[in-house]
Amino acid sequence: MDWIKRFRIDTFVFPLIGIGLCVLIWYCISGREISSTVKDDFGDMVTVTKRVGLSEDLPTPAETWAASKPYVIKPFEKRGELDQGMLRFTWLSLKLVAQGYFIALLLGTPIGFCLGLSKTFTKIFDPIIQILRPVSPLAWLPLGMVLFLSAKFTVHIPFAENVTYTASELAAIFTIAICSMWPTVLNTAVGVRAIPQDYINVARVLKLSRSKTLFKVLVPATLPYMFTGFRLSLGIAWLVIVAAEMLTGRPGIGGFLWQQYNALSYAHIILCILTIGIIGYALDRLMSMVEARFKTI
Amino acid sequence: MPFLQLKNVNKGFGPRDKRTNVLRDINLEIAQGEFVAIVGYSGAGKTTLISLIAGLLQADSGTVKLKDVPITEPGPDRGVVFQNYSLLPWLTVFENIYLAVDQIFPNWVKEKKRAHTEKYIAMVNLTPARDKKPGELSGGMRQRVSVARALAAEPQILLLDEPLGALDALTRATLQDEIVRIWEQEKRTVVLITNDVDEGILLADRIIPLSAGPGATLGPSVAVDIPRPRDRKAINHDPRYKEIRRKVIGYLLGEGGKPKLVISRKLVLPDLIPEDLNVARPPMFARRAPKRRAEEKRETIELG
Ligand SMILES: Nc1ncnc2c1ncn2[C@@H]1O[C@H](COP(=O)(O)OP(=O)(O)OP(=O)(O)O)[C@@H](O)[C@H]1O
Ligand SMILES: [Mg+2]
Repeated sequence: MDWIKRFRIDTFVFPLIGIGLCVLIWYCISGREISSTVKDDFGDMVTVTKRVGLSEDLPTPAETWAASKPYVIKPFEKRGELDQGMLRFTWLSLKLVAQGYFIALLLGTPIGFCLGLSKTFTKIFDPIIQILRPVSPLAWLPLGMVLFLSAKFTVHIPFAENVTYTASELAAIFTIAICSMWPTVLNTAVGVRAIPQDYINVARVLKLSRSKTLFKVLVPATLPYMFTGFRLSLGIAWLVIVAAEMLTGRPGIGGFLWQQYNALSYAHIILCILTIGIIGYALDRLMSMVEARFKTI
Repeated sequence: MPFLQLKNVNKGFGPRDKRTNVLRDINLEIAQGEFVAIVGYSGAGKTTLISLIAGLLQADSGTVKLKDVPITEPGPDRGVVFQNYSLLPWLTVFENIYLAVDQIFPNWVKEKKRAHTEKYIAMVNLTPARDKKPGELSGGMRQRVSVARALAAEPQILLLDEPLGALDALTRATLQDEIVRIWEQEKRTVVLITNDVDEGILLADRIIPLSAGPGATLGPSVAVDIPRPRDRKAINHDPRYKEIRRKVIGYLLGEGGKPKLVISRKLVLPDLIPEDLNVARPPMFARRAPKRRAEEKRETIELG
């Protein structure tokens, strides 16, 4: 029974202390509404409310909750393009993230393998990768918009509605793919270079064919590194979607955030930040579970 | 024509300007069906020698030939039991061995391949651990899997790099008998690397000591003319056993022993002429006069 107690303290009580402290600080710096009755120029008594505090426009936790309630307790409701429940927005964003992310994995893993296996390939492509890697998603997105300006893809899916991609969606997918590819590329390359010579010797002594060496030796030996890359890539993909939606104003969690900023609705901005954080955390947890599952060494 | 022939083989590691020669002037001839043991110090270059025969490394100079064909790459005709087991950790015991069987006998039907794999797992007493991953096995068990994998490939020549190093005395004895049995039954050629002279005498037709490195070379080979089957208890009292042991160990401790340890280091004498502080400090990087190159001396100490 002792360990259950210990477990509860470790997984619930301590994190709650941290969250509680943050909320307390938030409360302390946020503004409060103060109403006072004053005599106006005509001699009438009127009630004036004004906000005071360190940051007077920052809503208190309670105000934030009150304003966010409709979005949280009805998470799948759709009242308008940019007025939907939080999970519905999340779903819209995640759909795009998933597409960009899979393109990133599909491209990144083979590139990583080539980098790890061939010194010549590394010499040719490493400089360009190092130059492209630090480019911000905010810089890629306009290029994506230009690239896909006149493109309008319709994908025909059997037994379902056709899916049409608009330019801004394609640009977002492009940006996600190109920004989230690098951790996968680099981790895979490192993993391939770290394969112990012993494993390669086994393949050489048995004279395994190229494809058998790849799938029976190289890929399993690199798998843990690859999954670390996949996890980091997913984190970046989630970062990028918010920026992409903010710039394009697409419905989604980032688009909602940007609209609420323009509407000076600060409580909703905080709601968006929290949602983005929680979803990102959940995705990361999910990927580490997958990562642990594929631990081959 | 010898079955396996190494002629004036040299092998070193490192870049050209500071290359350390590991093996020097290796000459070795092994007849078909012969069982040869090579004993030597740790770090002398035994694994390097096996890798040359396996084709995993190429000699700097000299030739390595199997049946008069130069060895340029590894191949399934040479089975290797690696010193560090080299099992693939993501495959089970069965899968590790099956990978080799599947590769070497691609034309067999599946049942035959599976039965063949099972046979060799049973031979090294690992049937209960058949579906375990190498990470779940003890060091000795891994070594047995490695031996089984090499044997299952039925190579013409078996290269064993300290295959029984991590085993307890009992399992070791069992596997020693097993190696001899396979060798006699299937008339394979065996090269056994070992650091145990007694093991070499018990198993081999011929023992060759490898001198201490760097620049290790093979000493005179000593024939083990003790009739088989050899009894591991009785052999200790055989006068021939004592004679062979004396010769091999005598070479390793004497002629082929460790060279005297020589430490040689550079001494830099300090520059004692004072600087002239009256002269203003010249701008960046330049130094105040007077300048003099520090004197260098070399000191050599011989130990032992
Ligand atoms: N790939 C390599 N690169 C550089 N030096 C190496 C390499 N492989 C071996 N050496 C050097 O060659 C020497 C002989 O190594 P080797 O592994 O053949 O020794 P060994 O006789 O098998 O030793 P042990 O009995 O401990 O296994 C060592 O000094 C080692 O440092
Ligand atoms: Mg060795």
